[in-house]
Amino acid sequence: MLVAIARRLLSTLITLFGVAVVIFVILRLLPGNAITASLGVSAGLLSHAQITQLDHFYGIGESPVSQFTSWLGATLTGNLGVSLSSQKPVAGMIAQALPVTLELGIMALAIGVLLGVFFGVAGALRPGHIGDLAGQALALVGLAVPSFVLGTALVTFMSSTFHYFPSSESYAGLFANTWLNLQQIFFPACVLGVGIAAAIMRTTRAAVLEINTQNFVRTARGKGVSERAVVWRHLLLNALVPIVTMSGIQLGYLLGGTVIIEEIFVLPGLGRMLVTAINNRDFPVVQSVTMLFAAGFVVINMLTDVFSAVIDPRSKDR
Amino acid sequence: MSSGSPVLSIGALEVGVRRRRGSQAIVRGVSLSVAAGEKVGIVGESGSGKSLTMLAVLGLLPPGLDILAGRVEFAGEDLTKAAPVRLRQIRGAGVAMVYQDPMRSLNPLLRVGYQIVEALRAHGYDARDARRRTTEVLGMVGLADVERVSGSFPHELSGGMLQRAMIAMALAASPKLLIADEPTTALDVTIQQQILELVASLQAQTGMAVVWVSHDLGVVAQLVDRVAVMYAGRIVELATTRRIFQRPSHPYTAALLGSLPRPGTQHRGTLQQIGGRPPDPASAEQGCPFRPRCKYATERCAAEPVLSVRGAEQQAACWLEPGSWST
Ligand SMILES: Nc1ncnc2c1ncn2[C@@H]1O[C@H](COP(=O)(O)OP(=O)(O)OP(=O)(O)O)[C@@H](O)[C@H]1O
Ligand code: SF4
Ligand SMILES: [Mg+2]
Repeated sequence: MLVAIARRLLSTLITLFGVAVVIFVILRLLPGNAITASLGVSAGLLSHAQITQLDHFYGIGESPVSQFTSWLGATLTGNLGVSLSSQKPVAGMIAQALPVTLELGIMALAIGVLLGVFFGVAGALRPGHIGDLAGQALALVGLAVPSFVLGTALVTFMSSTFHYFPSSESYAGLFANTWLNLQQIFFPACVLGVGIAAAIMRTTRAAVLEINTQNFVRTARGKGVSERAVVWRHLLLNALVPIVTMSGIQLGYLLGGTVIIEEIFVLPGLGRMLVTAINNRDFPVVQSVTMLFAAGFVVINMLTDVFSAVIDPRSKDR
Repeated sequence: MSSGSPVLSIGALEVGVRRRRGSQAIVRGVSLSVAAGEKVGIVGESGSGKSLTMLAVLGLLPPGLDILAGRVEFAGEDLTKAAPVRLRQIRGAGVAMVYQDPMRSLNPLLRVGYQIVEALRAHGYDARDARRRTTEVLGMVGLADVERVSGSFPHELSGGMLQRAMIAMALAASPKLLIADEPTTALDVTIQQQILELVASLQAQTGMAVVWVSHDLGVVAQLVDRVAVMYAGRIVELATTRRIFQRPSHPYTAALLGSLPRPGTQHRGTLQQIGGRPPDPASAEQGCPFRPRCKYATERCAAEPVLSVRGAEQQAACWLEPGSWST
C-alpha cells in the first residue's frame, strides 16, 4: 500500500506542475502585461527607454521558459511577489484571506455532510416513502439552483425582512469576535452547504440502498444486532468510501463556489481577493491564488484516495 | 419422527410480493414443524422457494417480499407478530442461520473475530466474555489457527474457512435451532463433506435442532431424520429419510432419487434428467405444479392435490394412489 501512496504522491506532483504551466500560459495570453496593468492607460505615455527599463524590471523580455522557471522557483521558496495594485506582499495577503475561506469551506462542508448523510440514510432505509421523496425533490432543487442565485436570494431576504446587511459591519475575525464572525460565516456556509448536501445525499442514498441488499447486512440483522448498529457499522461504514470521495469532489467545487459567495456576502476571503485581482490585472495575486486553489483541489483529491485505501483492508493486497 | 414440542412450527406460510390488488405468492402454503433436537432437510431445485421460506422465519426477507399469510412459531411464539425487539432477541440466540455464500456473508471491512463478538454483544455478553466465547467457538468448528482467523479480514480467508467461521458465529449464542441454507454450494466437494460432518458433530454435541437446506438429496440424507421436498413454492412430499429412499410417494421425489449419483461413479446426475424446466413458483398455472413434467399425469391433475397422509411417517401431494406406480 505504501507503494501505491508513493505513486499517488508522484502523480499529484506531476498534476500540480501541469497546473502551474497552464496558469502561467493563460495569464500570458491575456491582453496587456504587467506594465499596462499597473499603469493603465498612462502606459501609452511612457518613453521607449522607460519601457525597456520596466520590461527589464518585470522580466517581460526574457524567454517564456526562464520567466516560468524563475516564477516557479520563487513560488516554491514562498516568495509570491508583490501585488501590483496594493504593493503589499502577496504571501501576506493570502495569509490574511485564507482563514476566512477555510472557515467558510469547512463550515459549508460540515453542514453539507451532516445533512446529506442524514437524509441519504433516512431515504435509503425507507425508499419511496414521503420523507424520501421530499428529500430527493429537495436535493434536485439544491443541485439545480446555482449558489449565486440562492445567495443573492438569501441576502435580499435577510436585508428586507431582518434589515440585516452583510456589508454593514466589517468582517470580524474568528478569534477577535467569535459570535459576530459565526453569524457572518453561517449564512454563506448554508448557501454553499445546500448544494453539497444535495450531492452527498444522493451519493449516500444510492450507496446505502445498494449495500442494504448485500448478504453481509442480512447476516448482521440475522444475528440479532440492533438496527442502529446495522446502520452505523455495516451500512455507513461500507458507504464511507463513496461518501468521502463525493465530499472531496464537492470540496473541489467549493473552492470555486467561495469566489461567488464571498463576493455576495462581502467576506474578505481568497475568492473575493481573486475577483478583485482579476479586475485589476494584478498578475502576481491571480497567479498565486489560482495556484493555491488548484493545489488545494489536487491535494484534497489525493487525500480522499489515500483515505479510501486506508479504510478498505482489501486495498492492501492490491 | 418428531417427539416433544416443536422448536419451529411453520403453518400455511405464504411468501410473496404484496400488491394492492391480488398479491403474488411465491411460497405457497408451506407447513412444517421441527422438534427440539431434530434434523430436518429441505430439498428442491433452484428457485423452489427454500431460501425464502427460511428467511421468512427470521423476518429477513429481501425488500419487496413479505409474509402474505400464515404463521411462524418459535417455541410457541408467533414471530410474524413479534415486536422488532423480541425478534432481535430470537435472531442468533434462538434461531441462527448459516448462508449460501460465505464470501459475501461477512462485512468486508471488519475482522472476522469482531463480527462474532458483535453477535455475542447483541445477546448480552460483556466484552471479555464475548472474546472468550469467540475463541471457544472458533476452536469448536475445527479452525486450527484461531488467533489468525479471528484477526483476519474476510477476503484473507478461504471459502471453507469462512464457512467454518460463519458456523462458529451461528453457534456463538447457543441457538436452539440452526438453519443451514445450502452452506456448501459455494465450496468444493471435499470441503462440502467436511462441513457436513462438522455440523453433524456439532449437532450431536449441542443437541440443537438443524434445518439443512439443499438441492442435493444425497447430501442431506447423510444428516437428517426427515426430508421435506419442495417444488414450485410448495412442499410436495414430507417423510422420514428412510421412507423417502425406500418408497417415495411423489413422482418428483422419485425423479430426484433417480438423479442421485450412483455409488462408485463420479458422475453426479442433475435434475435436468427429469426433462423440462422447473416452473416459476409465482406462475398462475392451475393444477398440480409438476404436471408438465410428470409422466403419470392424468385429467385429475388439472386440480391441485393437497399434502395427504401416505403412511405413518409420510405425506405427499399427488393424486396417484399409493402403490399404484413404481419407480
Ligand atoms: N427479491 C425477490 N423478489 C422477487 N422474487 C424473488 C426474490 N428473491 C427470490 N425470488 C423468487 O423466488 C423464488 C424462490 O427463490 P428462493 O431463493 O427461495 O429459491 P431457492 O429454492 O432457495 O433456490 P436456490 O437453490 O437457487 O437457492 C425464485 O423463483 C425467485 O425468482
Ligand atoms: S398430481 Fe398428477 S401431475 Fe402431479 S405429481 Fe401426481 S400424478 Fe403427477
Ligand atoms: Mg436458496
